[in-house]
Amino acid sequence: MHEMSIADALIRIVETEMANHGLRTVQRITIQHGALSTMVPEALDLAFEAMTRGTALEGAVLEYEKVPLSLRCSKCETTFSPEVRSLHFAPCPSCGEEFAHAVLTGKELNIAHIEGDT
Amino acid sequence: MSKAIPVIRNILDANNRLADQLRNVYAENNLLALNLMSSPGAGKTSLLERTLNDLRDELRMAVIEGDLQTDNDARRVAATGAQAVQINTEGGCHLDSSMILEALKQMDLAALDVLFIENVGNLVCPAEFDLGERAKVTLLSVTEGDDKPEKYPMMFAQSKVLLLNKIDLLPYVDFDLDRATRFARALNPEIVVFPVSCRTGEGLEPWYVWLKEAALAERR
Ligand SMILES: [Zn+2]
Repeated sequence: MHEMSIADALIRIVETEMANHGLRTVQRITIQHGALSTMVPEALDLAFEAMTRGTALEGAVLEYEKVPLSLRCSKCETTFSPEVRSLHFAPCPSCGEEFAHAVLTGKELNIAHIEGDT
Repeated sequence: MSKAIPVIRNILDANNRLADQLRNVYAENNLLALNLMSSPGAGKTSLLERTLNDLRDELRMAVIEGDLQTDNDARRVAATGAQAVQINTEGGCHLDSSMILEALKQMDLAALDVLFIENVGNLVCPAEFDLGERAKVTLLSVTEGDDKPEKYPMMFAQSKVLLLNKIDLLPYVDFDLDRATRFARALNPEIVVFPVSCRTGEGLEPWYVWLKEAALAERR
């Protein structure tokens, strides 16, 4: 349940951005989370809702964009996206190499954008 | 007026900035800081007891103990003579950098070579929080199943060291050391794997060698 910590950090960032851009309310917050991130959207929704009750952020909706895992083959440099379920059997589609691939995307936990009213 | 604002900020930025502060503190004190992670019961505290006892004449070591509620582990560690500072997370599933900064105030860092941070027992959450450590060390016991690296990829992907503990129980459990090692290496080719038994002491020597070399590297 580290979603409480994530919600806390998220709320602080959004409050700063609201002040910077003169927003009074926020309707939507878009979150990018990589396939390797261990954040659980339902748990974050719950934590966010509980922690924003009675604040300017009450009722804001969290929208999630999942960022797929993409790897670069350690041998032939082909870029590919394995199924996350088989993360650890990720042979390169072009040369078959299984090991030492570089993780290009999949570790993200970002706020992508905020929509609100001035 | 409705407005859409692009942000693109890492949600854990605040923690990451504090982790940078911690990194500086460790560097100034030539200190090897290790973030020790595992499921509950995998043997983190047993590993620490062994290591603190066996290397007490060679390395000056201390422990920050993260625990949900109790100070049982801290007392076991303190019994070895090493300094142990307890952090109770009161139900929190991980340690964050602000907790470590607080704990460090109670420690004489200049008198240390190695700081172990024993994270809360949990294979999921601790992996998301950078504590400024030089390396994450994950402990997996053979009673937990060799599919754990596949189920919890983040932790294994980020760890520099994987200790496979309780190998004295291998004859009694369905755990394939090669399979677990292979899983862990698939996303993290550089991970160093040590099969050990903290009960019998088997396999601990290579871990000690790694630890001493890593501590020495901090002094240069
Ligand atoms: Zn390839």
